[in-house]
Amino acid sequence: MCLGIPGQITEISDATRKLAMVDISGVKREVNVACIAGDDPLEDLIGTWTLIHVGFAMSKINEKEAALTLEVLRELGEAQEEIEAMRASAAMLSEAS
Amino acid sequence: MNAMDRQPRRVVADKVTMAHGGGGKAMRDLIEDVFTSVFCPPGMEDQARLMDDALTVPGARLAFTTDGFVVSPMEFPGGDIGKIAVCGTVNDLAVGGAKPLWLSAAFVIEEGVEISTLRRIAASMQNAADDAGVAIVTGDTKVVGKGSGDGVFITTSGIGVIAPGRDLLAETVQPGDVAIVNGVLGDHGAAILAARGDMALSTEIPSDCQPLNHLMEAILSAAPGTRVARDATRGGLASALNEIADAAGVGVEIGEDVLPLRTEVKGVCEILGLDPLYLANEGTLVIFVPEDQADAALSAMHATDAGREAVIIGKATTQHPRTVVMKTVFGGLRIVDMLVGEQLPRIC
Amino acid sequence: MKYADEFRDPVAAKGVLAAIERVTNEIGATKEKPVHIMEICGGHTHAIFRYGLDKLTPPGLEFIHGPGCPVCVLPMSRVDECVQIAEDPNVIFTTFGDAMRVPGTKKSLMQAKADGADIRMVYSPLDALELARRNPDREVVFFGLGFETTTPSTALSILQADTDGLTNFTIFCNHITVPPPIKALLDDPYMVLDGFVGPGHVSMVIGTEPYQFIARDYGKPIVVAGFEPLDLLQSVLMVLEQIRDGRAEVENQYARIVPNEGNPVSIAACEQVYEPRPTFEWRGLGEIDESGLRIRDRYKAYDAEVKFNIGYGRNTSFTEEQEGCACGDVMTGRIKPHACPQFGKGCTPEMPLGALMVSSEGACAAYYQYGGLDLEPVE
Repeated sequence: MCLGIPGQITEISDATRKLAMVDISGVKREVNVACIAGDDPLEDLIGTWTLIHVGFAMSKINEKEAALTLEVLRELGEAQEEIEAMRASAAMLSEAS
Repeated sequence: MNAMDRQPRRVVADKVTMAHGGGGKAMRDLIEDVFTSVFCPPGMEDQARLMDDALTVPGARLAFTTDGFVVSPMEFPGGDIGKIAVCGTVNDLAVGGAKPLWLSAAFVIEEGVEISTLRRIAASMQNAADDAGVAIVTGDTKVVGKGSGDGVFITTSGIGVIAPGRDLLAETVQPGDVAIVNGVLGDHGAAILAARGDMALSTEIPSDCQPLNHLMEAILSAAPGTRVARDATRGGLASALNEIADAAGVGVEIGEDVLPLRTEVKGVCEILGLDPLYLANEGTLVIFVPEDQADAALSAMHATDAGREAVIIGKATTQHPRTVVMKTVFGGLRIVDMLVGEQLPRIC
Repeated sequence: MKYADEFRDPVAAKGVLAAIERVTNEIGATKEKPVHIMEICGGHTHAIFRYGLDKLTPPGLEFIHGPGCPVCVLPMSRVDECVQIAEDPNVIFTTFGDAMRVPGTKKSLMQAKADGADIRMVYSPLDALELARRNPDREVVFFGLGFETTTPSTALSILQADTDGLTNFTIFCNHITVPPPIKALLDDPYMVLDGFVGPGHVSMVIGTEPYQFIARDYGKPIVVAGFEPLDLLQSVLMVLEQIRDGRAEVENQYARIVPNEGNPVSIAACEQVYEPRPTFEWRGLGEIDESGLRIRDRYKAYDAEVKFNIGYGRNTSFTEEQEGCACGDVMTGRIKPHACPQFGKGCTPEMPLGALMVSSEGACAAYYQYGGLDLEPVE
């Protein structure tokens, strides 16, 4: 129920039927953008990253939130690297003595 | 009859009809005009009479293989059914360590197929044969009524010669042996899916269809201890690896992070929920070589057209015998099982 | 691939995994007395196995695989009905690939196709709509399968068909919703569940509000999760932290895609096109109130149940489970796949007894295909 893939909107193919072309890693497919089209002209969507599911763009990807999530993950990764570096260093010191 | 009496035969129709399968003039014209004028088989008899010095060498063996080819659509980016019919059989011989020599080509053609399509297929086959250095020396043509076939079905059989001392056998793979593929995976399967149009995906992926015999020669010269080679056709790399693991009784471990994949193939797989390990290839093989010959094999492959992007993907191991296991990009482990039935697109 | 690859970074994974181990220890969970976290969505089950996450997380953490797999909960009667519709020579029956191999009482859609029915796999209901336009003299039926992630696409397709005035396009609507079976599981006295990883793409549509009852009425934490391995691990960490701190809240790990209020256009389209059925049959779970959707009377021209007089509640009887099939127990997390007596014997991907072995995200298929390296023998 869940196969959704990020893709970038490249052009509007049919404004009346709310259809746009989306690029997913170089593969192109026509998708319906009704779910993410607000009151603004559809052209504004060009360049937007969106989550595609069964031929429908269902949510705009919030770049700020994406960056925030990655930041938290990165910090956890860095913290872990520090812990491991400290452990390795301590081990080396105890061997030397 | 002298050369002046023989007029080149020409087909007048633009579509294949039942008459072309009737055994009479129409059939003779079709065969000559479309096939034999292109393949130029030696002699005019039904059977090719052949000899090659390599067959007379003591310890040499004859290699013989056959394959039926059905593909829809018949023509697709990077090739057509003719090209895969030639390359497929050439490769079947080559991965067995044989030098491919001669092919036969039998056609079952559905009534209504355009003659121009047949001409393109025949030209494609001859090109592939030239690339591989083999000759199409005999063949057959049958026509079936509309609805009884799916365009054109081709069966090719191939004869090659295995030099003395060459014995590529899956059973000989041992723990520690290194697994190498010659290039990107899944291009053919992805190309066909896109070309079929059911999923309305638009992409430029061409099939990877190509002959692999020159590559195999290069590998076997540089790494004579090569245990086995397998072309990863239906069922993809995963099936080839599972067959080898099963035959040899070893475990196989590969790394997801080193698997060579085109970005677009990854894209198609992500959209449709497919696993590229199971997509068909028509110009990709996997070899297992002893560890101390891996570098030599790799360098030799890099010097060839078909092996430019060769990469080590894993090794045989004592653990989990008869099972193929993959270390995911994430560091976890998962089993890569044999494919069951056909891989279907999914939305879940 | 942007917005995917970054969330598959193995270096970042180390950090999250270390934190998961730390918090699991702080909770005091062990292999003998683990923390039970249910991933509701089948897509999450698939991701866990595909990336080997169950082998990376500590033994004190046990994943319970939930019922969020629409193929897995599809009763055989529905498959039989699909086959019946498809066998009408004037029908082009369109479906997602997922449903093709699910066994009915006599045959699957795949087998029906081999027997001559015009059954075609599509990626989108829009493709079915296009087929209807191009084949005005054939009846095109689309099998509307799935949870709330997919219900809007079917609804929008119906609305488009209505705008176009198509007369040869219907939906065989079998859409279901997530909250009711979760409530059913939480009400089951035999279920041991400490927290939930929530379905990210369902939430993209319905938002995070509908899960409040889990925290408020049952005191369990739920974190709405994305589908990349880092998303799943981060969500698991957030659930564990809630358990450790004695909190029970709805949190959103997948904020880059899930707005807390959901998607207004989708919600509105669904409201317009569907109404809830009083009850609906779930394989392995029985009948659950208000858990299925049917097409409103206003759009009955696009309702295959009306056109073909078929479907849940019409002329069909409750299907008996196959002898020996324990799909219901596995799906509700009561037993693990390899504890089912048929697993790997009477039930394999080649010859599946039940849907959990057929669906690519069914727990049994996942265990069979991806797992099994160090599964303890169960007897």
